[in-house]
Amino acid sequence: MQVAVVGAAAGPIVSCVGTSNPWRCLIEDEARTLEALVDRIIPADQDPGAAWAGVANFIDRQLVGPYRRLQKTYRQGLTGTNETSAAMFGKRFPALSREQQDEVLRALESGQVSGKSWKQLPAKQFFDLLVSHTMQGFYGDPRHGGNRERVSWKMLRLPFPPVRGRMQDDLTKTS
Amino acid sequence: MALARVNAVIVGAGAAGGIVAKELAEAGLTVVLLERGKWYTAFDCRKDDLRNQRTSLLGCSFGPDDDRYRRVVVGPDGQERIVAPSEGAYNNNAACVGGGTFSYGAMGWRYLEKDFRMRSTYGAVAGSTLEDWPISYQDLEPYYTKAEWEIGVSGDDTKNIFKGPRSRPLPMPPPPPSREHLILKAAAERLKLHAFDIPMLRNTVQYNGRGACMRCRWCVGFACEVDAKCGTHNTVIPRALKTGNCTLRTECVAKEILTNGQGWVTGVAYFDERGRLQEQPADLVVVSASATETPRLLLNSRSRLFPNGLGNRYDWVGRNLQGHAYSGAYGLMETDTYDDLGPGASIAICDYNHGNPGLVGGAMLCNEFIRLPIQFAMLRPPGVPRWGAAHKDFMRHFFNRCIAVHGPVQEMPVFDSRVQVDPRVVDGWGIPVARLSGARHPQDLEVANYISGKAAAWLKEAGAITTWPKLPGQGLSGGQHQAGTCRMGNDPRASVVNRYCQVHDMANLFVVDGSVHVTNGGFNPALTIMAVAYMASEHIVQTWKGTRMRG
Ligand SMILES: Cc1cc2nc3c(=O)[nH]c(=O)nc-3n(C[C@H](O)[C@H](O)[C@H](O)COP(=O)(O)OP(=O)(O)OC[C@H]3O[C@@H](n4cnc5c(N)ncnc54)[C@H](O)[C@@H]3O)c2cc1C
Ligand code: SF4
Repeated sequence: MQVAVVGAAAGPIVSCVGTSNPWRCLIEDEARTLEALVDRIIPADQDPGAAWAGVANFIDRQLVGPYRRLQKTYRQGLTGTNETSAAMFGKRFPALSREQQDEVLRALESGQVSGKSWKQLPAKQFFDLLVSHTMQGFYGDPRHGGNRERVSWKMLRLPFPPVRGRMQDDLTKTS
Repeated sequence: MALARVNAVIVGAGAAGGIVAKELAEAGLTVVLLERGKWYTAFDCRKDDLRNQRTSLLGCSFGPDDDRYRRVVVGPDGQERIVAPSEGAYNNNAACVGGGTFSYGAMGWRYLEKDFRMRSTYGAVAGSTLEDWPISYQDLEPYYTKAEWEIGVSGDDTKNIFKGPRSRPLPMPPPPPSREHLILKAAAERLKLHAFDIPMLRNTVQYNGRGACMRCRWCVGFACEVDAKCGTHNTVIPRALKTGNCTLRTECVAKEILTNGQGWVTGVAYFDERGRLQEQPADLVVVSASATETPRLLLNSRSRLFPNGLGNRYDWVGRNLQGHAYSGAYGLMETDTYDDLGPGASIAICDYNHGNPGLVGGAMLCNEFIRLPIQFAMLRPPGVPRWGAAHKDFMRHFFNRCIAVHGPVQEMPVFDSRVQVDPRVVDGWGIPVARLSGARHPQDLEVANYISGKAAAWLKEAGAITTWPKLPGQGLSGGQHQAGTCRMGNDPRASVVNRYCQVHDMANLFVVDGSVHVTNGGFNPALTIMAVAYMASEHIVQTWKGTRMRG
């Protein structure tokens, strides 16, 4: 599940980095790291996780929209994550085991990391941002590029469609 | 080129401005209603959980936009920050026809009698400008009734023994109870609390030519696709336009109120929808731009006679910015309580608005509006991690089993919580922006703690297996319940407008909106803003008929 190329499936490509790249803002390498990260924040269990749900696609899309101001933050944060992974386990983040990935995340969360990327951007700040954006992409409306097939809403047993309301009377029945 | 003179210009087509427009136009005055936002309709109801007026993570659906609007916010540490409307620190309400009432939750509260007499009831509070209103509940009662019937309120407060006397019942019944409502009602009865159905500015039956609420999931912060939510955009503003006396100009941003050498107001300068500067001459001007934008406009209207801005001779404009110190508790239940019946909030108690031992004021407590998944994802009890498998498990297990009870704690007005204009930063039209600074009074946090405990007790009685508190921070308050910045009072040296919302030293300038609230009650403020607007309008019409306000 971790390797699904969700970005490619989601509509017109308005890329800021060239045409062969399915992502809009991120480069392939960054996108891989981001997918691996979000999938530990909301991992797959009996229900799919954040990578399958397209959370990386959601974030990529917002980075050329309302979150434009955070492009640099993400670049630095993703680079920093791989630096930290290399320092801790000798590999880039996507190549680590789940347990190792969680350890890296806990290090970012606590801010107990070294590496040059974290000098400008505190690791904790990046982690906080990532957690809230992952929640938005997973639990928010699918129209923004995440929550593929309303996966989180199904998990929460929310009836669909959501816009249709109802009085106690069933208005779908003809009298 | 100056536009043709009219009798009145009203700045802001929100809760108050819409009412004033209708009352003046029906009385025969020619009116121009200026609104910086657009006129949205039920068709603009996008039900976007990440981009609405309450959860504005990806922007504010009903304005203002992040590109042209900004504010400067000064933190408790003295740090200045430029913030966009979609950020919480901006303290946004809305920018559209109807103002906040287009997308609000639509609770339609009357304040209690004591809420107008806070100083006489509790005495002076150190560090606060706590005062009585110059009007009483009894003065306002007929106008509350008028608002309830003209805008439309459903509910049933007969069981609320704390309420002031009312001259007429509410025009519409409450909706049938949700599962959560029934659970909380039974618990309140066991605790001897006086629970009742919240008065709501929402059609539950056909009323005013519009249909009933169909109880969707997405109400507060969203437009209503069946137009059942009652705001000024679908009640008084259409009525004002129907008279033929009122012109509504949308996407028009007021820049400055114009005055002449005799100290009379002569009109309003504004940027029209194409960005051209226009001057609209008028006999009188009503500012209804909300409690943060009204003081900004007054302070931006400087001249030789008014070097500190209009109404600001004694430095009270922009002072006492207040909102509510929301507090309460969340409770996790053993079985499903969620039944997907909007709007969610429906049951309330006023047992803790006053008479709390050793404390000044209090709050109404009620259940929350429907909580969307993204909102639930942002809260959790202590001990539950915020990410990883355990968090996902928590979401799955408790999304349908969580009840929140909370309430708007009445804040103590603080002189230094204020709106100024920033000396450097301007908006997309080059107009100096609002600069917000100050902090809550420490007593608000004490009351919030107490109220939170009461909420938790109600939830526990209702069967909660775990509760955890929701508490406000110390920072500046304003937000959607913003009020207080052009206080109403009898003493011109310690207030901005008189009891009729007329600026003290200016016969033809009025401020009618949340700004005039002396204190903000332990309730959502819109119905009180509406009642005051009806009262002020009546006075404006009478005065205008007498003098025509020609300077
Ligand atoms: C999501 C949400 C939920 C809410 N829920 C409730 C609730 O349940 N119950 C309740 O009582 N209250 C609620 N409120 C608050 C309520 O909407 C406000 O208290 C009320 O609308 C304030 O009225 P007002 O007239 O002071 O200002 P507004 O309604 O804000 O109106 C001011 C208007 O002036 C316009 N304006 C400002 N500056 C200019 C300018 N320079 N030129 C032209 N136009 C200008 C603005 O665009 C706006 O339309 C809610 C608000 C929101 C956003
Ligand atoms: S809950 Fe009712 S009033 Fe609110 S938006 Fe839905 S249908 Fe409209």
